[in-house]
Amino acid sequence: MAAVSLDHGLVLAAILFAIGFAGLLTRRNLIVALACIEIMLNAAGLAFVVAGARWGQADGQVMFLFVLAMAAAEVAVGLAIAIRFRETLKSLDVDEADEMKG
Amino acid sequence: MTALFYIAAVVAVLATLMVVTRSNLVHALVYLVISLFAVAVVFYTLGAPFVAALEVIVYAGAIMMLFLFAVMLLNVSADAPLRVPLRAWLGPVILAAVLLAEVVYGLVLTNPRLSGKEIGPEAVSAALYGPYVLGVELASMLLLAALIGARHVAARDGDRDADGDEA
Repeated sequence: MAAVSLDHGLVLAAILFAIGFAGLLTRRNLIVALACIEIMLNAAGLAFVVAGARWGQADGQVMFLFVLAMAAAEVAVGLAIAIRFRETLKSLDVDEADEMKG
Repeated sequence: MTALFYIAAVVAVLATLMVVTRSNLVHALVYLVISLFAVAVVFYTLGAPFVAALEVIVYAGAIMMLFLFAVMLLNVSADAPLRVPLRAWLGPVILAAVLLAEVVYGLVLTNPRLSGKEIGPEAVSAALYGPYVLGVELASMLLLAALIGARHVAARDGDRDADGDEA
């Protein structure tokens, strides 16, 4: 099969990461913030897979599997925090949580 | 395969842009599923069919299911959509664009080709349960800790006794 150049794959990962980063900084909804973190983790995993394809090694895909497990763990805890957040503050706006009260 | 890569890449970028700009939460999540599918196609064109399948099953399947369950549990539609004023986008977008420009500039200085060789599930599994077996154990512990942590954090106060322990 024809080959894609390495930098195009990495640039795609960088673009996705930057979009997720901009979304994380601007959106105030907790669920959307978690989705943006997922986008950034996915972009990091894409960079691993591209690098693995560059060297023809399976290690990149193995690292993607670890990123995948970590993303699943992160989103489970994050959404549990979102549920508690909503019960405590009656809102999903992350700016509501600007005071550290129990 | 090269054309497929670029088409899927454009779809991924557009869908991801829609995720961070939609004010309706459910619409954003649907676009996120599209974005993950597009990245799965990218994986396939890079010669990584195993992680392409896992991307669809775990990311687009399991993780998005968690998101949709949370949206239903939280009854988010009762909230007014949290619209973001346009000028609030300006600073973060500029910062992210500068970072992206730096990375792209650094990457285009070197231009090696990808091997285009397919790395099948067999090679991935051999690596996973060979040199990386400790990582698999750590991932399993992380997932178990996340399971217990999520249960503990999301539990209602009524589920705990006076000491704060869960009943």
